[in-house]
Amino acid sequence: MTLLGGSALWLALLLGVWGAIAGFAGGRTGRPDLQRSARHAVFAMCAALLTAVFSLEWALFHHDFNVEYVAAYTSRNLPTFYIWSALYAGQRGSLLFWATVLTIFGSLAQLLTAGRHRVYLPYVAAVTTVVAGFFVCVMLFAANPFDRLPYTPLDGRGMNPQLQNPGMVFHPPMLYLGYISITIPFAFAMAALLSKRLDADWLVAIRKWTLLSWLFLSVGICLGMWWAYVELGWGGYWAWDPVENASLLPWLTMTAFLHSVMIQEKRGMLKKWNLALIIGSWLLSILGTFITRSGVISSVHSFTQSGVGYFFLAFLVIAGVTSFTLYAKRLPLLEAETRLESMVSREASFLFNNLLFVGIAFSVLFGTLFPILSEAVRGTKVTVGPPFFNLVNIPLGLALLLLTGIGPLIAWRRASLPNLRRQFAVPSTAFGFTLLMLLVVGVRDIGALLAIACGGFVAGTIAQEFWRGTTARHRQYGESWPLALARLVGRNRRRYGGYIVHAGIVMLFFAFAGMAFKTETEATLRPGESATIKSPYGWTYTFTHLGISQYDALNRLVTAGTVEVRRDGKRLGLLTTEKRQHVDALGRSTFEPSTEVGIRSDLREDLYVVLGGVVNGSEQAVYRFTINPLVWWVWYGGMVVALGGLVVMWPGGGVPAVKRAQAGYMVKLVGKT
Amino acid sequence: MKPSDGRTSLPRAERGGRSDCTRRQFLAGVVGWVAFQSVSLTVSQSDTLPGAGPTGKLGDPRRAGRPLEPVTARDNLAAIQAIEKRLKCTCGCNLDIYTCRTTDFTCSVSPALHQQVLARYEAGQSGEQIIAAFVAEHGPAILMAPPRRGFNLVAYFLPSVVVVIAGVLLTLALRRWTRLAGDRPAVAPAAGPPASPAELERLRHELERIDA
Repeated sequence: MTLLGGSALWLALLLGVWGAIAGFAGGRTGRPDLQRSARHAVFAMCAALLTAVFSLEWALFHHDFNVEYVAAYTSRNLPTFYIWSALYAGQRGSLLFWATVLTIFGSLAQLLTAGRHRVYLPYVAAVTTVVAGFFVCVMLFAANPFDRLPYTPLDGRGMNPQLQNPGMVFHPPMLYLGYISITIPFAFAMAALLSKRLDADWLVAIRKWTLLSWLFLSVGICLGMWWAYVELGWGGYWAWDPVENASLLPWLTMTAFLHSVMIQEKRGMLKKWNLALIIGSWLLSILGTFITRSGVISSVHSFTQSGVGYFFLAFLVIAGVTSFTLYAKRLPLLEAETRLESMVSREASFLFNNLLFVGIAFSVLFGTLFPILSEAVRGTKVTVGPPFFNLVNIPLGLALLLLTGIGPLIAWRRASLPNLRRQFAVPSTAFGFTLLMLLVVGVRDIGALLAIACGGFVAGTIAQEFWRGTTARHRQYGESWPLALARLVGRNRRRYGGYIVHAGIVMLFFAFAGMAFKTETEATLRPGESATIKSPYGWTYTFTHLGISQYDALNRLVTAGTVEVRRDGKRLGLLTTEKRQHVDALGRSTFEPSTEVGIRSDLREDLYVVLGGVVNGSEQAVYRFTINPLVWWVWYGGMVVALGGLVVMWPGGGVPAVKRAQAGYMVKLVGKT
Repeated sequence: MKPSDGRTSLPRAERGGRSDCTRRQFLAGVVGWVAFQSVSLTVSQSDTLPGAGPTGKLGDPRRAGRPLEPVTARDNLAAIQAIEKRLKCTCGCNLDIYTCRTTDFTCSVSPALHQQVLARYEAGQSGEQIIAAFVAEHGPAILMAPPRRGFNLVAYFLPSVVVVIAGVLLTLALRRWTRLAGDRPAVAPAAGPPASPAELERLRHELERIDA
């Protein structure tokens, strides 16, 4: 099967090369046969890569340890659930996964793009096959997943224990799907530039793709946070690690795009900016891959590093120079069709919102790359860790949160003073009330105070928008309140879905503020002994060590510590935390012992217990006890964000984007009539 | 001679290998067994008594990772935690010393660095002196954030300065655009849809309804 897989990769490369030639030539000359051929090349490349995936999965499930990749990432006793995910557990497999998913998306774009947007498709096919072809090249010349060993080991090394977590089954593919799907909007942007069709049409064609990509990135980032929290055991969910930052960068620019694209659709403005954002987002996704793969910056994701990073650097430079050169050549065609009418308008607030999104992206990128810059300029190695990122980004993040609440309050085109007064009354009251309440209950951390108070402002805005819309429907159509609310959202999915996303963001900021009150302590306990820790809410938690048990599981030897938890004397239950020594099918240890955390979560705070180890081989155990306030809100905030994204994406409902875009131009005409 | 029942006098092998014992031996055995069980019970029960007696031994301590030393009160000092959260572990984990030593229990570097911090703290050094000593020994890369001086100020201020300058430029540009919008007509699109003033008025109402 590996022969089949290897051959499929070569075939995919040839198809990629042909698809690129046929696509560019077909787009330029308008020859239908070439255009058809480019389209078919995408489908054929997809089939070839799916064959390669099938071959690799076959080798994984059949424990063909003569294949280097299979021996490196699986073992005979690896649970079946994780054998599938071994496809993207390592460098080589994830490159194959990436290329395959890209061609699937490319095929879907070819199949689902309808009507007049089809004129872009030859160029879209060309760009898709170039990018997928690059990934196939990297596999064939630097990281072939089908490479064989000169011998066949009895068993494989197994999967890194930290990857043997349900979160890791879903987190990497989600992030990959986010990264990969940005290629489709990028391909349409390139197609628009190449074909010189730079009106709002290409935006309409990519609308669902940009939302899909943003949704995948959002879910992938949240799942990554969850995985880091439950698996890594350091008691947090975001460490400003370079690889985490790499995933945040395209998310920030894509979010900026999702806002600014509304201005182009409604007013025919920001054409240059929107194109630059799409190109930039795609380049950032490749940059993220370079950072992850190269090891050029020290990261906890060291298991993905190898020499292929420099392939990505070369690709990044070539792609960046090519796309921005083309962009620069087309600038004269990208003039705005209307002009901003007032400083106090939603358009202006969106521009400042974009400034902050891109500013934060720049700040994160600059911080991430600063160690390289410092070494190059001064010859001094420095570390840029969480204290730096928190200091630099918290003010920008708070300003952005405030704008999240301000934007929807300002009317399009021009807002009048009475209108502003009316709009800002409720949110400002919510801000003041929240701030006052926090001060009364004794919160003094300035970051937390501002984050929660600004969150109150945004919540006030959202509540007001929903209340006014629902009330209007209830009065106008006599609908019951729930029906009015449901129809309000259902018929304006983009707008109210967006508000749901904003509500999720408020929940996330609320959760981030909670980390200012994190409390932790270490203790060594004999069975029966207790440790106490004070919660930020004033409760006293007592953790009583009940004992250590050892037992064997499928592919690991487990040492479990159990503690009884009491809050102010009231028993809450038991928490178990484990040390796992993973072994292969022959009983040989495969990795250093890993830690499984014991977590008790509720709306207010998480109890987070880690078994550090034991003293003198006895049941005397070393524990770390952490109280993490408001972590629950991260996971549910993430879900609300995803829900809002789904509402926005859901087909039907509201005014179609194309009509809105045309209507935008009509507004201008009306204004001049 | 007392007649024999023909059973007790038989050799052991002929009685099917069953052990032979007197009532006294049986009672002694029962007492011994009970005493043994009591001792065993006492040992295992001692595990659940707070701080009393020896703790049980693990069947295979290697499974539980590297053997650890008991945590002392000074390990938990807030001042020590604050210092260690500013210093990076040099094992390559990318974490600070405190997080590494309380998370990656396989690391032997962070416990050693922790001991150095404790030794300096107990020698009367302040937090800043301890950090300066670490920087002198390991270079500025030991700090979790670059020191706020010299070239590093670029890292701290450039993003904010860029955002502020861009904000000012954007404000100026917006003012210019809004002035221009008042002065001259916008660029007309290539072809507008044909519509009567009444239709356009209706469209305006519709758009306002969508925006509301």
